[in-house]
Amino acid sequence: MSITQILFWVLTAMAIGSSLMMITRKNPVYSVLWLIMTFFAISGHYLLMNAQFLFIVNLIVYTGAIMVLFLYVLMLIDLRHDTEPRKNKWLKFAGAVAGGCLLLVIVAALKDSDIKSNVVQTGEGDIGLIANLGKALFNEYVVPFEISSILFLSAMVGAVVIGKKE
Amino acid sequence: MPSLEHIANLVHDWLNAQFSPGLALFFEFFIIGVLIIGLFSILGLVLIMMERKVSAWMQLRLGPNRVGPKGMFQTVADTVKLIVKEGMTPDGVDKLLFNLAPFIVMIVAMVIMAPLMFAKNFQIWDINIGVFFITAISSLSVIGILMAGWASNNKYSLLGAMRSGAQIVSYELSAGFALLTIVILTGDLKISAIVNAQSDGWWIFKGHLPVWIAFVIFMIAVTAETNRAPFDMAEAESELTAGFHTEYSGMKFALFFLAEYVNIFVVCALGATLFLGGWQPLHFGTGTGFNRVMDYIPSSIWFAGKTFFLIFVIMWFRWTFPRLRIDQLLNLEWKYLLPISMFNLLLATLITIMGWHF
Repeated sequence: MSITQILFWVLTAMAIGSSLMMITRKNPVYSVLWLIMTFFAISGHYLLMNAQFLFIVNLIVYTGAIMVLFLYVLMLIDLRHDTEPRKNKWLKFAGAVAGGCLLLVIVAALKDSDIKSNVVQTGEGDIGLIANLGKALFNEYVVPFEISSILFLSAMVGAVVIGKKE
Repeated sequence: MPSLEHIANLVHDWLNAQFSPGLALFFEFFIIGVLIIGLFSILGLVLIMMERKVSAWMQLRLGPNRVGPKGMFQTVADTVKLIVKEGMTPDGVDKLLFNLAPFIVMIVAMVIMAPLMFAKNFQIWDINIGVFFITAISSLSVIGILMAGWASNNKYSLLGAMRSGAQIVSYELSAGFALLTIVILTGDLKISAIVNAQSDGWWIFKGHLPVWIAFVIFMIAVTAETNRAPFDMAEAESELTAGFHTEYSGMKFALFFLAEYVNIFVVCALGATLFLGGWQPLHFGTGTGFNRVMDYIPSSIWFAGKTFFLIFVIMWFRWTFPRLRIDQLLNLEWKYLLPISMFNLLLATLITIMGWHF
């Protein structure tokens, strides 16, 4: 096996293992930390495909921003007492069925796609580099890109306005 | 005189001649790891000594002057003391996270080193998103701080960690905007490209107004991001004992302390790279005698000199300004620095498009 293959299997095992740990932990703070591990592993996959920009965006957006906010909220809640209400047995069953349905749909969608003939290029290919990504965003997807950036800007301005006292 | 680039190439060629490429790569990783750890220990010793001497000088004191010549080995003695101290884990803490947190903060500080350019053509990984890599990875250190504060099971620690989190997340925005100004002017995120763009003059001279504003904002934002006074709300000792590391002792405390100083080094190195030309020597005009003399100084000396100058500026802040209140701190970021940096970004874009910089 080449180094790339070894890295791929290590990262994949890490992603699946830590996401399993994430859903089985009792303590929500541990769940969030395992989820951060999962995001790290997935970011590593981007790096194997030479998509360095996506790698770092995945890190900064998910682990650097969203997960930090999650941690922030969870740590302010007093979790030490065992006050969590017992979950209904049927609720667990329904959850398993719903998750299974989602898995079925994803598998069915992937089965018919041409994913088997499209092998991922590892360590080469420059589609994920920032210059190509920028050209694609500003040529083909310029309107949705600009609209979403206005959305973010308005959220930021809104936060400043709410923070201002009257 | 052999430059760092020369030595690195010699080692690389020798390893490739002796071993297979895979094994040579492995040995290079190992050497880089050892070098980074060595750099960390030297930085810890030198910067803490520098901090104590600078503070003593600013307060008309002598500072440490007993151990070694002029007290130069004081930090070595302190380190030995911290190593032999018992690393206590209090009873009520979350054992795993409590012991893991200092290492996470430390590992994050190590990973940031990767794209820094220490001398001409001397850098670990010239990733094509260098600047962005540094900002993204440095935003992860807040996870370690939050873990430490929460796992300590102590209200002061938790409050300190929360303040630190709010502070780092908000000041990251301004620091990011200041970096983007230079990225727009250069047109590239690669560290080597940014340094090469300054071969005919540093950005702080070439870029005039937007770069000056960005530089001031950058220095304020990174002082806050590294939790340094006057923004050291996270460990304000008069309110929170010692903030998020109240419960830590011995080497685990030393790791937090070391990570703070290493982070100062990293942000100052980044500032020197972006605004002050990295390893590029100081030049006036073209081809004069002055420029020749400047070229004789090795590039590593230039880089270290600029970095340590910025470190001195940050220490100067610490011993000059009184500490801000937490609401003043967040007001400063969200109501003043953020709008200013957004307009500054527009100004920099305009100047780049019109070609008004030198």
